[in-house]
Amino acid sequence: MIEQTVPACAPWSAVVPAGATLRIIDLEGNQAVDFLLYNAHDTAERYSAPDTIAAQGNVFLTAGSVLRSNLGNPLMTIVSDEVGRHDTIGGACSKESNTLRYGHHTKHQHACVENFLAEGAKWGLGKRDLVSNINWYMNVPIEEDGTLGIVDGISAPGLSLTLRAEIDTLVLVSNCPQINNPCNGFNPTPVRMVLTP
Amino acid sequence: MPTLPASSWPEPPQGVSPAELTWAEVVAPGGATSKVLSRGTSLRLRDLHGQACAHLLLYNADQPWERLNVADTVKIPWQAYLGVGHPLLSDQGRVLASIVADDSGRHDALCGGGAPARARFVNVAAKHGLEPRDLPPSVSLFQGVRVQHDGSLAWLGSAGAGCAVTLRCELPLVVLLADVQHPVDPRPEPEVTALEVLAWRGRATQPEDALWTATPELQRAFENTTDYWEART
Repeated sequence: MIEQTVPACAPWSAVVPAGATLRIIDLEGNQAVDFLLYNAHDTAERYSAPDTIAAQGNVFLTAGSVLRSNLGNPLMTIVSDEVGRHDTIGGACSKESNTLRYGHHTKHQHACVENFLAEGAKWGLGKRDLVSNINWYMNVPIEEDGTLGIVDGISAPGLSLTLRAEIDTLVLVSNCPQINNPCNGFNPTPVRMVLTP
Repeated sequence: MPTLPASSWPEPPQGVSPAELTWAEVVAPGGATSKVLSRGTSLRLRDLHGQACAHLLLYNADQPWERLNVADTVKIPWQAYLGVGHPLLSDQGRVLASIVADDSGRHDALCGGGAPARARFVNVAAKHGLEPRDLPPSVSLFQGVRVQHDGSLAWLGSAGAGCAVTLRCELPLVVLLADVQHPVDPRPEPEVTALEVLAWRGRATQPEDALWTATPELQRAFENTTDYWEART
């Protein structure tokens, strides 16, 4: 078993072997955890938010959701979830999108895409390999007219979710450093990863 | 099939002279096509018979690792449903294209294209030197999907024959198009119909245009786009 704490704002990655589980614990509550998945043996096959949404007929991720690849294959399954709803529409924050959302004075701030690029480079992944990701513990409702919100999280201290790898899966994590919206309660905090073979 | 030269297309849009046309093509049902378009080009897609589904990917033609980012496209305007005034954003905080006209209103930015669109994108992308890992999530036009309160998807389908969407290219673009069934279309064997593609020269959105200042987010996106373009030209 591997247990590691990911500090606030930091990246993390690991290969989760087929059949193993990864538990992600929101230690202090309201912490968005940005998450990408790849077939560990062929990273051209990677997580696809749209294939996942289309296959389950629902935009929210929760227990039972199968996280599918761009080829429609299962990469991981959510086997338990104490929160009830996670986002896979909103993507990752970046320095560039921060300039749009919050203004050019935020361009210097750290962002999830910077974490993904740095951590992905360790595995030979580059910018072309970044696609729409999962935001664990982030609550993005869609209103009837299509309006999106990033509203106060529905997570709380100590809540967790558990993923089972269906194939050997490389996971990239950015413990979201965003400080301009409520996705991290305006205060990024550490999360804990527990990998059980 | 394409019409060459495009200026010989028999029905230019009102106010467009034949000489300004740069792309005229009817994509057969199940087909795909692509083109490199200059900044400022208007691109009109028309669902001729009411059952087209135009799956679309956009790349900065000068650096195709900058490409359509569907997440930023819905997140920055806080709007999941595409319509007039919606920017199609890249991952670099810039506008690749703006939606300047739309009489369908039934589109989708959440479900991607599924295996049929992917198969066609793999091939048309290859003709621009792009590989499967250059294919991000795509958007689709003319077949609507709506999200219900519990997150489940509801099928809206087509708004009818003749609907058109016009995009304005804000950067030089590689445009990839595939006309195949939508991945959550509940009908067992829907008859996909032809897609008309027409493009003509024009100018990119300017500070004096109403769209430029429509929202603070949009204004900053246009400022980022122009900043990039002026530095490189």
